[in-house]
Amino acid sequence: MKPAAFDYLRPSNRREACERLHEAGDDARLIAGGQSLMAVLNMRLAQPRQLIDIAGIEDLHFIERRDDHLAVGAGVTQAELLEYPGLAEAVPLLAQAMPWIGHWQTRNRGTVCGSIAHADPSAELPLCLVTLEGQVVLENRRGKSRRVMAGDFFQGVLTTDRRQDELITEVRFPLARPGLEYRFQEVSMRHGDFAIVALAGVIDGARVTLGVGGVADRPVCRVFDRHEDPGETLNAFAWSLGAEDDAHATAAYRRQLIRERGRELIAGGPSDEEIAHARQG
Amino acid sequence: MNKFESVRQTGQGKQIGRRQPRVEDDALLQGRGRYADDLAVAPGTLHAAVLRSPHAHARLVDLDASPALAMPGVHAVLTGEDIQRWARPFPVGVRQPMEHWCLAVDKVRYVGEPVAVVMAESRYLAEDALEAIRVEYEILPVAVDTETAIAEEAPLLHEAVGSNVVSERHFRYGDPERAFAEAEHRVSLKVRVPRSSCTPMECYVVLAEYDPASASYDVLSNFQGPYALHSVMARALNVPGNRLRLRTPPDAGGSFGIKQGVFPYVVMMGLAARKAGAPVKWVEDRLEHLQGASSATNRVTEIEAAVTGDGRVTAMRWDQVDDCGAYLRAPEPATFYRMHGNLTGAYAIEHLQVRNRVALTNKTPTGLNRGFGGPQIYFALERLMQRIAVELELDPLEVIRRNLVPSGSFPYRAAAGALLDSGDYPASVEQGVRDGGLDELLARRENARREGRLYGIGYTVAVEPSISNMGYITTAMTPEERRKAGPKNGAVSTATISVGPLGDISAHVSSTPQGQGHRTVVAQVIAEVLGVSLESISVNVELDTGKDAWSIASGNYSSRFSGAVAGAVYQAAVKVRDRLAGIAAAQWQVEAARIRFAEGQVRVEGGELTMPFGRLAGATHWAPGTLPDWEPGGLRETAFWSPPQLEAPDDDDRINSSLCYGFIFDYCGVEIDRITGRVTLDRYVTLHDAGRLLNPDLVDGQVRGAFAQGLGAALMEEFAYGDDGSFQSGTFADYLVPTSVEVPEPLILHRETPSPFTPLGAKGVGEGNNMSTPVCIANAVADALGIADIELPLTPSKVRALIGIDEPPCPQGVGEDQAAPAAGGGSRLTASDSVTLPGSPRVVFDTLLDPETLQAIIPGCHALELTGENAYRADVTVGVGMIRARFDARVALSDLDPPHSLRLSGSGTSAMGSADGSARIRLTEIEDGYTRLDYDYDASVGGKVASVGGRMLQSASRMIIGQIFSRLSLRMGGTAPRLSLWQRFKTLFGRLGGRS
Repeated sequence: MKPAAFDYLRPSNRREACERLHEAGDDARLIAGGQSLMAVLNMRLAQPRQLIDIAGIEDLHFIERRDDHLAVGAGVTQAELLEYPGLAEAVPLLAQAMPWIGHWQTRNRGTVCGSIAHADPSAELPLCLVTLEGQVVLENRRGKSRRVMAGDFFQGVLTTDRRQDELITEVRFPLARPGLEYRFQEVSMRHGDFAIVALAGVIDGARVTLGVGGVADRPVCRVFDRHEDPGETLNAFAWSLGAEDDAHATAAYRRQLIRERGRELIAGGPSDEEIAHARQG
Repeated sequence: MNKFESVRQTGQGKQIGRRQPRVEDDALLQGRGRYADDLAVAPGTLHAAVLRSPHAHARLVDLDASPALAMPGVHAVLTGEDIQRWARPFPVGVRQPMEHWCLAVDKVRYVGEPVAVVMAESRYLAEDALEAIRVEYEILPVAVDTETAIAEEAPLLHEAVGSNVVSERHFRYGDPERAFAEAEHRVSLKVRVPRSSCTPMECYVVLAEYDPASASYDVLSNFQGPYALHSVMARALNVPGNRLRLRTPPDAGGSFGIKQGVFPYVVMMGLAARKAGAPVKWVEDRLEHLQGASSATNRVTEIEAAVTGDGRVTAMRWDQVDDCGAYLRAPEPATFYRMHGNLTGAYAIEHLQVRNRVALTNKTPTGLNRGFGGPQIYFALERLMQRIAVELELDPLEVIRRNLVPSGSFPYRAAAGALLDSGDYPASVEQGVRDGGLDELLARRENARREGRLYGIGYTVAVEPSISNMGYITTAMTPEERRKAGPKNGAVSTATISVGPLGDISAHVSSTPQGQGHRTVVAQVIAEVLGVSLESISVNVELDTGKDAWSIASGNYSSRFSGAVAGAVYQAAVKVRDRLAGIAAAQWQVEAARIRFAEGQVRVEGGELTMPFGRLAGATHWAPGTLPDWEPGGLRETAFWSPPQLEAPDDDDRINSSLCYGFIFDYCGVEIDRITGRVTLDRYVTLHDAGRLLNPDLVDGQVRGAFAQGLGAALMEEFAYGDDGSFQSGTFADYLVPTSVEVPEPLILHRETPSPFTPLGAKGVGEGNNMSTPVCIANAVADALGIADIELPLTPSKVRALIGIDEPPCPQGVGEDQAAPAAGGGSRLTASDSVTLPGSPRVVFDTLLDPETLQAIIPGCHALELTGENAYRADVTVGVGMIRARFDARVALSDLDPPHSLRLSGSGTSAMGSADGSARIRLTEIEDGYTRLDYDYDASVGGKVASVGGRMLQSASRMIIGQIFSRLSLRMGGTAPRLSLWQRFKTLFGRLGGRS
């Protein structure tokens, strides 16, 4: 379990990182925390010729609360975001979801943007980003930046809209809005394991956005009306995700969790009066 | 949470029986352990990496190591040809025409089977070179499922045997036919125990040298024993025993039986060192370990009991099939026979009928694993007792009570020959009921059920055998075969104590501990006998077959330390004490019986005379001339101990398979979440009577560890194999082991009934909960859900299925063309989809047959070379996301029916494993000159990627195969790329009134 030889580059700025990416093409991989990539390298499931470490790029290391979103730079570890003061108030969904990501040790190294870039269908952060309708900001070697809605960014198993010479510079999590409730639930074999089913919910009055991770090849969201019986639509949603059997859970189990846990999530939460009250306050 | 009820019998030194902290811990907790991988190696040592089969069953057609040998830093490659020249197959315990070599020679029979070894200047270079070795396999049909493998028409692993059943034995004790004929009730059950393993933190390590001058091998490895395998290794290396010097490191990072399985690698690396002409070091990595080291046998058991109206079992029938994997590897089929004498558990059941069959399948060979043979037996037996209670509408604990071996009947000869040495089973159960708070647990169940919660209570009693009889394995042979082979029995343990010129005490035991704290207990025993402080004693537990006292039963297995090894230490200490007492008595002119040893002093009982221990002992070195005539001088005593009760199996196949039998009574309460199916332990009570406890802290540690592993086996651990024999549990994200978060603290209760057969009255205690805990939890889940069929591990998904999923059907239009679930799960991937292409079917068909098109539409195809009609060799880089591998692939188009249908198939191998599959393509003309292309594919992946990537294989393969057809569409000028499955779902949602 030793990786094949590679060149290790540690650029000092974004432009240089993108240049290197462009030059090496598919033979290069970006590394930040390495919590997924190192295992892949050691098992030789990939043999890139170059590893471009972005941990030394100073201006990627920021968490900024802006008008309507929390921006998290590509150098920020999961542990740093989890410890960000006021996270529970700014993006409550993240505060609930992030303790489910691996363990202390992996969160100390793993980065927020790295998890987004890796696009593991069971990962918590992509699910949160999609459910909150957040954005991914990418920059190319010409310094040109573009923003992609999370729902468009994730394109399949470990596959995203990132182009060859692009670097994710930050991700943007929309700030909590008054009166909205945020819920996160996960079923996994042990604490810190990959989600069998993860559910993220945004309760906005009668409108509930339910995101599901761990089932389809990417996180998927649906909007439900709290005043309607969600039974039929939840069932259709559950079936539509193409759940599969694996060594730990059957497809039927995953669908059932979406139906039952999803129903709880949609029906639960504060009453209409409570929401109205919270909005006034 | 520990309640300790002592019937303590401490000696004058009050060391034995003390809760003594481990002398090992300081070094281990400060990272100063000296493990095999930490030890210095000889200059010029090469690093080995092992090439392993990605296939479960294949003929080795050709192996070309020359590209690897040409790589920088690579010194040699060991192959099957070399070992056939220098070595021999491993001897096995049953007579069958089958051969097991340390490297595959004719066929590979399981995923992960070693095929070649590269020796290079670093492990990195060695692993680079593995990828350069070209192996041609002819893939053969597999026998994976145990019951399918023993069917007549199953593919054979070892053709010369003519069957995959390599051992079948029938046993009959008492008069089972009559007991069944007279029985008021018959209760039967069929159970399956899956494969799992107790995974040590440290994997295998081997450092090997070969000395051509003396034609001898010198190997250091974290091998745990039994040293009967030293003979197996020496015979495989084709040398006399004294030409294989086998040594162990000072510390080992856990074993739990598993490190018995390093022995084929001792042979392999010895031969590798010989081939390379240099010392060789090999450190097994986790993927190698999980995939190819060893595992407990999985077993299928049909069990039936003859039962009286009041729940008394008069007879049992066992029909067991053990699945030992691809080769019967020594000491298998020991999983059966280690427990054979005590098949009736803690019960007095007179009549017994047994059929044992050993099956070979395309899975990793099995071997020792903590609890060896016990989980398989008790899962069947204790599930059966629970079923008897349910079917007869009795309290399960009452059924247990009515069948226990009665108080006052010890030593008790069980039906199959076990001589249960000591205990009071009924009193132990009552103690457990009282001190574990069963009444409270019953009340909690009642309360939970009243509230509509799923709550159950499970019970288990078990006898825990320890100090195995070296002759038990011959029970696999018929009495005639045994007579021919000569008797085998006993269990020799050894200990050596020497006292130095300064009165310093050194001890050596051949027990190869794997983290249990043997050094602490050895020192306690000596300190008690010689009346010295623990600090003055140095204990060495490294074993060197070239220098140390050892025998075939040496090693760390069968919970033999406290009964046998500590007993031998006691005997050696007594020999030292008696010699010193003789010297002191002669000097002081008193009777030797009056000499006492305490607090570092030697004195005369009832007298004034006293002398420091060191001075008396030192005299044997400094002034041998002053000693009595009979004293030879020097002070070093070795004790060999073997218990007479361990006799060879008799002509009626009765075997006292172990010397000691501890008693265990467990019960637990579990609650099950109705939605997630998650099983939560409310309370777990475990009572042990392990004879005299030498150090209760260490005993509790053993109980906790075995409990954690038993919990893992009950709830999450399983080595999963696909239908094609692919191994699917290659990482600790796939093979799940409970961590501290998942393991509650059990309530541990003790009772001490000394064994009359061991020098200190101690019995083994290290394996009991591996045997009792899985079935205890299973019984609780059965009680909570009211069901009979329980299969481990009880994962949330499986338990939820037991609760019942009343699934509403898939709404029309949603996912109806979705990937069909892979048949039987595993790494076989099947799905179908379609794409719309511009052009007539004829145009599409011709385009597909065009090699240029083929190269363009296969994702990552660098080169395509025609090798036959519509057959190509291709160089393809395939992957998703960061994962990528370069395949040497064969691509072919076949079953051509122009312009209606054809088959596109491909297969290839890469560093990350093998893949092959084929897609049936049908072309249908639709309006406006368009063609609909429908395809069904069936693919399978093997090797590393199947072992570690199971979670994503379906989606990944769907994506890659989908790419072929979307590229075809683009190439044919399809303006709008087809709607992906995903987009179609979105559209459907729109129709269903939702928003996406």
